[in-house]
Amino acid sequence: MSLNITVCIKPVPDPDYYDKITIDPVKKTITRAGIPTIINPVDKNAVEAALQVKEKLGGKVVVITMAPPNAEENLRELLAMGADEAVLLTDRAFAGADTLATSYALAAGLKKSGPFDLVFTGTESADGATSQVPAQLAEWLDIPHLWNVQEFEVEDHTLKAKMSMENGYINYLVQMPALLAVKRSINKPRYTTVMGVMKAKKKPLTVLTAADLDVEPERLGLQGSPTKAGDIFTPSLARKGQQLTGETEEIVEQLIQVLRGAGLNLESLNVNEAGRE
Amino acid sequence: MTTNGAGGIWVVAEQVAGRINSVSYELLNKAQQLKNQLQKPEPVVAVILGKGAEGLEQLSNYGAEEIITVFAEELEIYQNDLYVAVLQALIEEKKPSIVLIGATAIGQDLAPMLGARLKTGVAAHCVDVRINENNQMVAVVPAFGGKVLGDILCPNTSPQMATLKPGVLGKPVPLEKPAAVVTAFDPSAVLQEDQGRIKALEIVREEQTGVPLEEAEVIVAGGWGIGSRENWDLVEELARLLGGAVGCTRPVVDEQWVQSEQQMIGTSGKSVRPKVYLAFGISGATHHLCGMKDSGLVISVNKDATAPIFEASDVRIVGDARTILTALIKRIKG
Ligand SMILES: Cc1cc2nc3c(=O)[nH]c(=O)nc-3n(C[C@H](O)[C@H](O)[C@H](O)COP(=O)(O)OP(=O)(O)OC[C@H]3O[C@@H](n4cnc5c(N)ncnc54)[C@H](O)[C@@H]3O)c2cc1C
Ligand SMILES: Nc1ncnc2c1ncn2[C@@H]1O[C@H](COP(=O)(O)O)[C@@H](O)[C@H]1O
Repeated sequence: MSLNITVCIKPVPDPDYYDKITIDPVKKTITRAGIPTIINPVDKNAVEAALQVKEKLGGKVVVITMAPPNAEENLRELLAMGADEAVLLTDRAFAGADTLATSYALAAGLKKSGPFDLVFTGTESADGATSQVPAQLAEWLDIPHLWNVQEFEVEDHTLKAKMSMENGYINYLVQMPALLAVKRSINKPRYTTVMGVMKAKKKPLTVLTAADLDVEPERLGLQGSPTKAGDIFTPSLARKGQQLTGETEEIVEQLIQVLRGAGLNLESLNVNEAGRE
Repeated sequence: MTTNGAGGIWVVAEQVAGRINSVSYELLNKAQQLKNQLQKPEPVVAVILGKGAEGLEQLSNYGAEEIITVFAEELEIYQNDLYVAVLQALIEEKKPSIVLIGATAIGQDLAPMLGARLKTGVAAHCVDVRINENNQMVAVVPAFGGKVLGDILCPNTSPQMATLKPGVLGKPVPLEKPAAVVTAFDPSAVLQEDQGRIKALEIVREEQTGVPLEEAEVIVAGGWGIGSRENWDLVEELARLLGGAVGCTRPVVDEQWVQSEQQMIGTSGKSVRPKVYLAFGISGATHHLCGMKDSGLVISVNKDATAPIFEASDVRIVGDARTILTALIKRIKG
């Protein structure tokens, strides 16, 4: 069996810097100057999942993104990680897309870039974190999908997969072609080797614009987005705090007072729990 | 303007193994509030899919005026293609103006799929929804791990949809109101069209141990600063002594100091609001704060005086987590 596998990846501002994001109070825009762009972390798990399938069953792994032109760098990184080909969908017409318009453009890009038996995505992107693109992409492609996948196996043209949910999971059988949105706990993405970086330079990276795709222009970008953004703000989480100081015993004594003040009946809790006082 | 006709504010109630998920009640309470904010009130309707469900009257108690049940053997376990086909048929027939869905694993899968079918907008894991002066629903959506909140509207397509995270709306309260009218929708015509591309095989429930985070009055939470699996026992012990639940940050899940990722609090974990939140060795990344910011009293211990968690705390202790935990446990034990 040789499988065509496509992985959807998204460049995002590095989540380690989200504490530093501010909003311009006048222009009401998000200021993210100086924050590096990285590959959405869980999308590397999606690439890893694809590479493992390819190693086991044979085939080809294509990574695709709809992003600004400088995303080429992120795609090269994934080619170095082991992907065979990369596709960058980039056009002003895609700008301002919500999840429905994003998944629409992605679907057109996927169809354009060749046949696929399996599509992988992450569960959610770190910046917008809607987690909605996977299901909507599968809808535009008219293929079945599972979201929040923690385990899967490919057998012939059928997937056996586990969707994780609160306090449990559901096992499914899914016919391919299919889309799986994988969780970060599914695997550990491999590191890139120097050899990989060398090889990546020769791998194909195709750039496509809206004109290259079979799309209805009014479904793209801002225009194609049923949701509209209104006001933005940063919630203030600041509390007027008090600091406890002194030797450890003194601190603990103050802490006990604080807990009592908050209504905890420490003595009774203690007796109930330990049952020995 | 989206709203027309009788419309309705719908809540897709979630059941797993016949038990209704409490996020459904939170959403029904919210739906009642939205109803009062609309220029012309619309009925609050709960829709429930499954093989059956216990305690339907609870949906009524928390705000449903009408309950639409869609019960069939095939719907026993969540299967996205079947669930979405049924909901699409119902929505196209009855044309609600608003549809609210819990941002659970199931809801986060179902809502966008439904949005794509209906070609309408879905605001994802909102922290609140309200009706504005133009009679439109405004959903408040977190971005960048909760650092930014943005208003999302869906002005030109219907229904207006949103998913809301369990816990963000606060504890649901029963309402004094007449019992809901229950109507059954027969899904057989829809189910016959099933292409069989997905098949749910079985559902496996993992039993939870200890006090659930959502219900705890006290949460003892620990982060990477706890340092080791051995030290983690201290967090567990303090929680036990205080009759509270154990919470954690993502690195703790990754290190497997906790057994289940269900203990994680934050953007991709739980939203909690205990009376007392104790944070040991937690830096206070926005991803984490976003899940605990509504707690009553926040007490934090961190060895770094500049840790962001302190800004969001009522009581600050600059010190070693292990030392404070050990001394506090000793003091409580007497
Ligand atoms: C998409 C995405 C989603 C995420 N979702 C979540 C989420 O839901 N929940 C979540 O928690 N995280 C989440 N994260 C991760 C989050 O960004 C932070 O990395 C995480 O919260 C940090 O956990 P921490 O505070 O335990 O660790 P660190 O940030 O490493 O902080 C450890 C703290 O311990 C202190 N410390 C060290 N030693 C001691 C000691 N001996 N005594 C006292 N203090 C000590 C240090 O000063 C430091 O402040 C998410 C990240 C991404 C990208
Ligand atoms: N612009 C994009 N290009 C390619 N893939 C995307 C894009 N946006 C989202 N995805 C994929 O969809 C997943 C969920 O993203 P989101 O719905 O934005 O939370 C991500 O992990 C990616 O795999």
